[in-house]
Amino acid sequence: MSGAGQDAKFFQRGKIQELRAELQAAETRDKKFTKRKVVLKKIVANITMGNDMSPLFTDVVQCLGTPLLEIKKMVYLFLVYYGRPKADQIHIVIPSFLQDCNDRSPLIRALAIRTMSSIPIPVVLDNLTDQLRHHLKDRDPYVRKTAAICVAKLYAADPRRAEKGGFVEMLRDLLGDSNATVVANAVAALSEIADRPDGVIFRLNLTVANKLITALGESSEWGQIYILDSLLRFVPQTNPEAEIMGERVVVQLQHANSAVVLTTIKLLLYLMNYMENRKLIDYICRKMGPPLVTLLSSGPEVQYVALRNILLIIQRRPMVLKNDVKVFFCKYNDPIYVKLAKLEIMYRLASEENVREVLAELEEYASEVDIDFVRKAVRSIGRLAIKVEAAADACIRSLLSLMETEVTYVVQEAIIVIKDIFRRYPGKYEGIIPKLCEHLDALDESEAKASMIWIIGQFANRIDNADELMDILTDNFLEESTEVQLALLTASVKLFIYKSSVPEVKTLAHKVLKWATEEVDNPDLRDRGFMYWRLLAVNPVVAGEIVLSEKPPITTDSDRMDRGALDQLLLHTGTLGSIYHKNPETFIRGAMGKALTDSPALNAHSRQVLVTIQRERPATAGPVTVQGPGPIEPSQDVTISPDISKPAPPLPAEATSGGDLLGGDEEDDSHDGNDSDVDEEIAASKSRPAASTVEDPYSNLDGAFGGYLAETPTPQQAVRHGEDDLLF
Amino acid sequence: MTYHVISRSFASLPCSRRASLQIPSGYAMISAFFIFNQKGEVLISRIYRPDVRRSISDVFRIQVISSSEVRSPIVTLGSTSFFHVRVNNLYLVAVTKNNANAALVFEFCYRLNSICRSYFGKVDEESVKNNFVLIYELIDEIVDFGYPQNSEADTLKTYITTESIVSSAIAPEESSRITTQATGATSWRRNDVKYKKNEAFVDVVETINLSMSAKGTVLRADVDGSIQMRAYLSGTPECKFGLNDKLVIDKSEKGAIDAVELDDCRFHQCVRLNEFDSTRTISFIPPDGEFELMSYRSTTNVKLPLKVIPTVTEVGRTQVTYVIAVKTNFGNKLSATNVVLRIPTPLNTTTVDCKVQNGKAKYAPSENVIIWKIPRVQGGQEVTLTATADLTSTTNRTVWARPPIDVDFQVLMFTASGLIVRFLKVFEKGNYHSVKWSDSERRGDGLSSRLQF
Repeated sequence: MSGAGQDAKFFQRGKIQELRAELQAAETRDKKFTKRKVVLKKIVANITMGNDMSPLFTDVVQCLGTPLLEIKKMVYLFLVYYGRPKADQIHIVIPSFLQDCNDRSPLIRALAIRTMSSIPIPVVLDNLTDQLRHHLKDRDPYVRKTAAICVAKLYAADPRRAEKGGFVEMLRDLLGDSNATVVANAVAALSEIADRPDGVIFRLNLTVANKLITALGESSEWGQIYILDSLLRFVPQTNPEAEIMGERVVVQLQHANSAVVLTTIKLLLYLMNYMENRKLIDYICRKMGPPLVTLLSSGPEVQYVALRNILLIIQRRPMVLKNDVKVFFCKYNDPIYVKLAKLEIMYRLASEENVREVLAELEEYASEVDIDFVRKAVRSIGRLAIKVEAAADACIRSLLSLMETEVTYVVQEAIIVIKDIFRRYPGKYEGIIPKLCEHLDALDESEAKASMIWIIGQFANRIDNADELMDILTDNFLEESTEVQLALLTASVKLFIYKSSVPEVKTLAHKVLKWATEEVDNPDLRDRGFMYWRLLAVNPVVAGEIVLSEKPPITTDSDRMDRGALDQLLLHTGTLGSIYHKNPETFIRGAMGKALTDSPALNAHSRQVLVTIQRERPATAGPVTVQGPGPIEPSQDVTISPDISKPAPPLPAEATSGGDLLGGDEEDDSHDGNDSDVDEEIAASKSRPAASTVEDPYSNLDGAFGGYLAETPTPQQAVRHGEDDLLF
Repeated sequence: MTYHVISRSFASLPCSRRASLQIPSGYAMISAFFIFNQKGEVLISRIYRPDVRRSISDVFRIQVISSSEVRSPIVTLGSTSFFHVRVNNLYLVAVTKNNANAALVFEFCYRLNSICRSYFGKVDEESVKNNFVLIYELIDEIVDFGYPQNSEADTLKTYITTESIVSSAIAPEESSRITTQATGATSWRRNDVKYKKNEAFVDVVETINLSMSAKGTVLRADVDGSIQMRAYLSGTPECKFGLNDKLVIDKSEKGAIDAVELDDCRFHQCVRLNEFDSTRTISFIPPDGEFELMSYRSTTNVKLPLKVIPTVTEVGRTQVTYVIAVKTNFGNKLSATNVVLRIPTPLNTTTVDCKVQNGKAKYAPSENVIIWKIPRVQGGQEVTLTATADLTSTTNRTVWARPPIDVDFQVLMFTASGLIVRFLKVFEKGNYHSVKWSDSERRGDGLSSRLQF
């Protein structure tokens, strides 16, 4: 059957004239159509290479008469490419399309409608709509499942035509099809249509949702993904509805396809918002952990997707991977993107119990080769010191020993984090300052330099030769970056306040203030210079109190994402949005936002931080009424209504005020208390007025990781403003 | 991770700016699929949705292939995202314009790769070029409008073959049979499979990830295992699979002390998950031929079949000495065969002098490793290698990443996790007898221990 092909020789640039001549020559004495096949292969190879083959349109179309499936497929491929630019000539192929649409073989029928629907021009679509109606009811499931996707294509090309033609209702009817593959494709097509801003509204009621779950067992893995994904359109009205559904889909976590696993997790996380039974929630959380870890045995790309998602999931449901930090230790041959993603998770899972192991790993990474990775590892050690107080001593020791390697980027990174550690534990580690000062010459990056200068300024009273050091550092004041200049300015003022009696210090401060106010163009620097100058001029004592006032200690609280934003982001588990930790509407043009839908079953805390999304329909769209009777509960299954989605049902008062509000999930998620951050977070978000969350759900995202994740993966902005992107 | 902002002007690219057909996003669609060679030449280009044009491939070439700074398998520029997977010297690239299901897109790329392998063996530039028409047929069948459809190689082979089929040759009845299978509940298996001799083979393959401290205590050992099955069975056989009696799959349900504990397992889509969930039986109708029935992880009670104790010392700056001892950890009735150790050496190694009593050891300069091959190590035996690597003196001492030692070997009737296949029962309506099933061998692959100083 197989055996290697020999087609590589066709990858040669062909001239239109020659190819045309060859095609014409092939019309005669071409017994088994081998000649034609060869020419067509050359043409397909040229299309692949990006050469315009459209002038051959009429010649290629002639080949449709050949009774060879392989040739037909190549011609159809050609048509998919050039059908649109050659709209004026496409009518020649219509008869042969129609013939194939009515072929006895279901494979040919499906091929015909699949190809036609890929050529979105009116002539073809006119003919397609007549055919499609029959094919959606074809006796062969293969044709029906192809037809279902064709409706999505038709809708993409001409929404109003699809609506007027009643195709959306026909799709809805396919949800009750006896074949699971057909059901899955109908679900995929409906979801796509519903995700358009001008599309129909697609919601599921309990009966249909249950039918879809039953179809899961017989669907292909891809079909399962489409169905699982669509189940997020079901809004449970009572807790048991959500709980029973959760129990039914939990088995899908054992599937070999990572996308099935992640989509199941997305669905479960969603349903948990509507559950009440603590035991079940705990059970599901425990069930989710191992499959997530198993994803780390997949290919590196899938590992990356899994890791970025895990990072989100453990913030919302710490129970899922509580004691599993070891599995996130980097393997020697992990690609760099996997290592960096693991590093973040390791930091987040670090606690008093496992901090020793984590630190040992981080130390190991700090001696690896990749500079970026090493830097992040060093930085993580510092962050660890700030997060886990019990480990602070060990972290400092390890940072100091790393500095002894005298690898410049390690030293610089260490100094940056040590500065933060000083602020977190005032009065505890200042003894190491002399050791830091030894590395003064190694610093050539702004951030590290600024950190070192901050340290010198802040502790100038404990560093005997602080004035000498400052004197050296200010040598190139005017050539330094603004960041360093600002640090120098502040540090000189601090030094002056500590040692105002020393004449050299006085000169130094005066010199720096003069530079800052007279020679530098940067307004920030100038303003700060003037401010200090005047402060010192008016009352040096008060100035000292201000400049050296007590600083609020650094905490790691800001590492955690806002609960409402998390709830919203987790609706995108497994997708691009979950990789960038951004809602898709913020970086993809035309993407629809998602938010939890309120219902009596929604747990009180989720409701409190609920983000609402207004769905807008373009004003231009005319009124379309497509409320047809469907076989399955026409009133509710798929609500296809032309108007803006209905407002959320009013909440029964008991649901919000009644009962045990504190029974909301987090309390229990963290009940083993290894993570006190969670509680703080709850307290914070509870006291926060809900409105502020609604206004800007991402307000917390930017600072979510502090400086630590400044280089977190992000989509790049397109260069041109206003226009969508790239070049189309 | 550094992402550089694109400052290159796109206007310089050969592109036609026409009114773009903006189709807002759904969730799972692949807009286009490409295969590139290492130079960035397009070998396969298939546009699935009208929201991208072929010229998008130029963007990928410039932004990813010719850029040295790409450190992520996903690159998003504006609303367009490129997902790529490297296979040999190729890039398999899927393009999306929406909030795509990233896991799905990568799984699709992996799957396409494995389908191609099953059609024409190795997937590289040459084979892709040689089979490009076939690949077009395949990707047209596997993906419709960006939605992955049937991707079972076995089914695809019934109607996409490399020899041309005259359209009348597939009789309508025949093609209905194919379509029923392609959309049916067991899309992975043809029902007309016939073998004279019905056989099934089961392999347990385990990879152990191990890290040891300098003193030789095991810091961490975990097993990634899989059960590979080769089924050559006629008709539609029902198979039932039995593993250890004392098998604990959910950590929360504590079993006996000597039980084999799996942290997690996952199954090929042919396994009925509901049945597994309720009764712990693994029952399925297998695909024809070779496939991975199950994969699992284990971190508890890992029995290491071999212990590697490396002592690596740097003598000054020009020499590294190695003493590597391998100890077996099983009874003397068993033996490890085809043992291959790959011991990394510093990059500036010039020559290595190796001494072994068992097997052969050789320095492979191109890979910077000492390869030590031992045909057989009997249980209870201990073998050692001593070696001295001479280094060229370099002015600045660069950090040597100290890669782990890799060990490959096979041990019959021994698994690190303790997992045993107890039985495989096959039921078929035709009731053929003489089903041979053989639990051929359990391999331990890639026991890698981290080299310590």
